Amino acid sequence: MFEEIGTTTDGDLIINVGPQHPATHGVLHLVITLNGETIRKVEPHLGYIHRSIEKMCESLTYRQFIYVTSRMDYLSSHINNHACAMCVEKGLQIEVPERAKVIRILLDELTRIASHELWWGAMAMDLGAFTPFFHAFRERESINDIMEETCGARLTMNFIVPGGLMADIHPNFQKRVKDFIRLYKSKFEEYNEMVTGNVIFRNRMEGVGYLSKEDAISFGCTGPTARGSGVSCDVRKWFPYEGYEKITFDEIIETGGDSLARYMVRVREMNQSIRIIEQLIDAIPEGEYQAKTKAVLKLPKGEFYSRVETARGEFGVYIVSEGGTTPYRIKFRSPGFSNLSALDQMARGSKLGDLVAMMGTLDLVIPDIDR
Amino acid sequence: MSESYLSNQSAESKSNFPGQITETPGGGIVLSKLDDIINWARSNSLWPLTFATSCCGIEMMSTASAKYDFSRFGFEVARASPRQADVIIIAGTIVNKMAPVLKRLYDQMADPKYVIAMGACAISGGPFFYNTYSVVKGADHIIPVDVYVAGCPPRPEALLHALISLQQKIREGKTREQISSK
Amino acid sequence: MNDTILQNELLKIFPELVFEPGTEWLQVTVQSQQWLPLANTLRYKVDMDFDFLFCVTCIDWKTHLAMVYHLRSTTSKLHLVVKATLNPLNPEIDSVTSIWKTADFHEREVYEMFGVNFKGHPDLRLLILPDGWEGRNPLRKDFEDPINMIRL
Repeated sequence: MFEEIGTTTDGDLIINVGPQHPATHGVLHLVITLNGETIRKVEPHLGYIHRSIEKMCESLTYRQFIYVTSRMDYLSSHINNHACAMCVEKGLQIEVPERAKVIRILLDELTRIASHELWWGAMAMDLGAFTPFFHAFRERESINDIMEETCGARLTMNFIVPGGLMADIHPNFQKRVKDFIRLYKSKFEEYNEMVTGNVIFRNRMEGVGYLSKEDAISFGCTGPTARGSGVSCDVRKWFPYEGYEKITFDEIIETGGDSLARYMVRVREMNQSIRIIEQLIDAIPEGEYQAKTKAVLKLPKGEFYSRVETARGEFGVYIVSEGGTTPYRIKFRSPGFSNLSALDQMARGSKLGDLVAMMGTLDLVIPDIDR
Repeated sequence: MSESYLSNQSAESKSNFPGQITETPGGGIVLSKLDDIINWARSNSLWPLTFATSCCGIEMMSTASAKYDFSRFGFEVARASPRQADVIIIAGTIVNKMAPVLKRLYDQMADPKYVIAMGACAISGGPFFYNTYSVVKGADHIIPVDVYVAGCPPRPEALLHALISLQQKIREGKTREQISSK
Repeated sequence: MNDTILQNELLKIFPELVFEPGTEWLQVTVQSQQWLPLANTLRYKVDMDFDFLFCVTCIDWKTHLAMVYHLRSTTSKLHLVVKATLNPLNPEIDSVTSIWKTADFHEREVYEMFGVNFKGHPDLRLLILPDGWEGRNPLRKDFEDPINMIRL
């Protein structure tokens, strides 16, 4: 069915990377065909964390299936919940109050910063530098403290529900977020000094893993993976939702196409998220935090699709409903699934050590791919 | 907290070291059982295997980083190879495709080895218990588990409590591996 | 180029297309034999330029299977949803891997979950499910698993 591990007839070596490996972020099994140290072919084998979420959601009601989407891409858990809540609201045509919309955006952007922080620390650790990992987690712990005070959990929080939010924000929320912004701004220069300007890092990232613009579109790549190759695809700019049209921020696009371009896109996106938070944190409108909804939600017959921009790309929720209390079919369009299919193209011809740099900049979260 | 917790400590000794220290002119003599000393040494230097399948892995990484450091308790070096690790922390859901891999990793670890099941998914299948065709309902269907930590995901303090409980268990000689080797 | 002009252009080239009114994005149902020519037209015709295929899925309606393709153009903001009806006993449709490379993984997933055979796919085999699941299609409505699945 697939190549046996060993040697092929023309002297190429076939080896396994994973599924248990410190550099694959999660359980990814790659079967690599090598000629010496040059990669000939990379074949991902998925399914080591396939939890059959789409089948499971067919027996959960519309209020219940939100918790399981937190656990798919666990680093952008608020943003995933936001997509599902938006889809259900679209079907029921519920109008979400302004206060809930603004707080949802604030939580989304904080989650985006936390996800990029962890990506930055883990990628530097893969390349051999252990110190940035601890620096990244210091900022991430501040965000986790904010989330814990308001939402009750540190990693998987079902706080965004159809209709608005589950509860109102804690009175300390604004003060803590402002403290975090001050902390972040004072520490951001460290990141550039430690990693971005480092000559070893630059040599390992420049020219590695080139993905052209046409290939990025053809492979269906979204998010920073595509923006590093010059494709403009930010859902917050192209199809704005829930108030993003009124906020000023830049869409970061780099044209290099290599790993360094994707790295710079993510690092600059963190700054743009800070800009969004600064515009909103003093202007949270008063009002209700949840719209009045019925206790049992029943979507009308039809199909509904909604999408958001997570830290990895475009996440889409497609619900087909037959009028009952549970969905007939749910499909989650995950960003990692399409981003991973570009890995083979990017890796041919490079060395084995470059593969780690490429996987780092693709920012894969495997439960997102396997669902 | 630690004084009343540990039962095999003598009241005079100020350190955690098992046994009694008899003061004689010219130095001290330590009298202890060999088992106690070996258990004390083993419990204070457990090296974990980096095995994280899903969300609980992030909380394990948080426990490893600077705020809730677990290297204060001896878990300093997280090894990637099972042949060099003592304890495997199963952080995340185990599915049918991953089960043979987990068994193989466990078999490759050298004795004495210990297992911690972290999170609801590793204990019993967790949120994915009903109506899934591919989830193993608990990691103890595959390998024997010493400590279970509840939570989804458990807080880093909960994982630290589990690690300390594992250390207690080893000192008291109550882990599965110590009982079966008697 | 907006929805009405697109609809008229497509009806000129493929007169048997059926458009559904009243949906958020333009929705068209095509015969499964005509999917590949339609896909070529949508991708390469000068003013259509649908170069971004972002969602490929399948729905089991018990009497038939329906393939659903979501397309979008990166130059304009046009969307198109293409549906194709398949026979549940022998579902077959052409593969569009030669047009959009992302279809490779998506079609493998639909193959293993629903049993749809994609003609012309370079490498059609299981992607996510473990070995031994060929022939068992979990996302179909008649999937039986007495141990794990609870019927409410």
